[in-house]
Amino acid sequence: MTGNNIQLDKNGNLKHFLSIEGLSQPLLHTILNYAVSFSTVDKRPVKKVPLLRGKTIANLFFEPSTRTRTTFELAAKRLSADILNLNISTSATTKGEILSDTLRTLEAMHCDMFVVRHSNSGAAHYIASQVAPHISVINAGDGRHEHPTQAMLDMFTIKQHKKDFAKLSVAIVGDILHSRVARSEIHALNMLGANEVRIIAPHTLIPKDIEKLGVHIYDDMNRGLQDVDVVVMLRLQRERMRGALLPSENEYFKRFGLTNERLKNTKKDAIVMHPGPINRGVEIDSDVADGKHSVILQQVSHGIAIRMAIMAMVMGQINKNENMEKKK
Amino acid sequence: MVEKINIGVLIENMAENIGSHCDTRGYKSPLMIGIQRGGVWIASRLHQKLKLVDSLGELNIAFYRDDFSKIGVHPEVKPSKLSTNLDDRHVILVDDVLHTGRTIRAAMNEIFDYGRPASISLVILIERSGRELPIHPDIIGKTITLKEGEHVKLSGPEPLALEIMKIG
Repeated sequence: MTGNNIQLDKNGNLKHFLSIEGLSQPLLHTILNYAVSFSTVDKRPVKKVPLLRGKTIANLFFEPSTRTRTTFELAAKRLSADILNLNISTSATTKGEILSDTLRTLEAMHCDMFVVRHSNSGAAHYIASQVAPHISVINAGDGRHEHPTQAMLDMFTIKQHKKDFAKLSVAIVGDILHSRVARSEIHALNMLGANEVRIIAPHTLIPKDIEKLGVHIYDDMNRGLQDVDVVVMLRLQRERMRGALLPSENEYFKRFGLTNERLKNTKKDAIVMHPGPINRGVEIDSDVADGKHSVILQQVSHGIAIRMAIMAMVMGQINKNENMEKKK
Repeated sequence: MVEKINIGVLIENMAENIGSHCDTRGYKSPLMIGIQRGGVWIASRLHQKLKLVDSLGELNIAFYRDDFSKIGVHPEVKPSKLSTNLDDRHVILVDDVLHTGRTIRAAMNEIFDYGRPASISLVILIERSGRELPIHPDIIGKTITLKEGEHVKLSGPEPLALEIMKIG
């Protein structure tokens, strides 16, 4: 995998948004602060601001997605950009076009930004290293590596409910092994100074070396949830599983499903998050998903604000750098 | 510092002029909006003196500035606070210094995304030279002519002070 510094320009400003790893605490706070302003846009009569008017953004989804793709699309539209949706798994690559040709073709269409989702870890980094200098790349999920905009919208959601990251205990529950969300989330929580990050999962779904990220590991829900402020549930990613990692979904729910009974172990004002799509009755009980602790639908709205903030930041930075180059 | 200007007197006169401006035109219960940050400081004093019914609106024009391509996202971007419907309202738009006119253009663009006001009147504490757009204020606290290298600086909100400074 290429180094993370590719996402910053020589002055340390955000040029691409590829991974949480490698970003500083002040930069994460800047994104969260901008998102507060952008979150007011969809409460106005005209849900649009003119910041990215005249820019063209291409959603390059090599892997299917509904909510991430549509929230990126809405974010781009609310910034007044034009957006192309390319479902590449069913188009060019099946006709044998190689990736670099696809990129050159989109550059020739005068695109300014690529939002990339790919099943290979490091795909967004690779694309960022290949594109013309005026193009920004945003990672919308790469393999098991990172899903940084999801982590930022989760941090934003936490910040709306809990004031101080330094006092928080956060439990991430479920399929950590296949989860790029978990990885981004752990990096973000560490960088923002969360008091404790716990992982609750069966040992077959825990990647090795995860302790190096400073997390505490539990294989018992009741103990793991004890006094936590935030519970992040993950989707069981059946489609990525090879071989017998789990006995059955039923068995999994019995041991690791989040029920109201288990939620009693957490702090009284704990919030429950889930990146979606949720598997009701597999990792989370319907009563919890729709219950008073759940902030799952708020996460979706916040996703638009966070993506607007990040798109505006990277595009603004590229514009500014270009202008400075011209002046020289 | 070259000169210190007494703001209290200026605001007193501006409030009086806004009153008669609205009376002659028959503007009933106008809606006052200040542009962040300095405009809001001035507007909140005018709002108090005029005893306006609707709460003061605050406009942050960062999303509407025309220099995004030069400076990127403005570091002072904060949410605007406006009553959601401006349809058919008489708007009194307040800012501290009128210089190029670009801020006012951006502010009017934003206002129209909240509705179609019946009218907009522009109230400015200090009018200075350097206009780049055809923008003309309705009520002016004071018009000043600056010598080369001088600029106007408002500090606040408490105490509110206006100074003419020399750069460099």
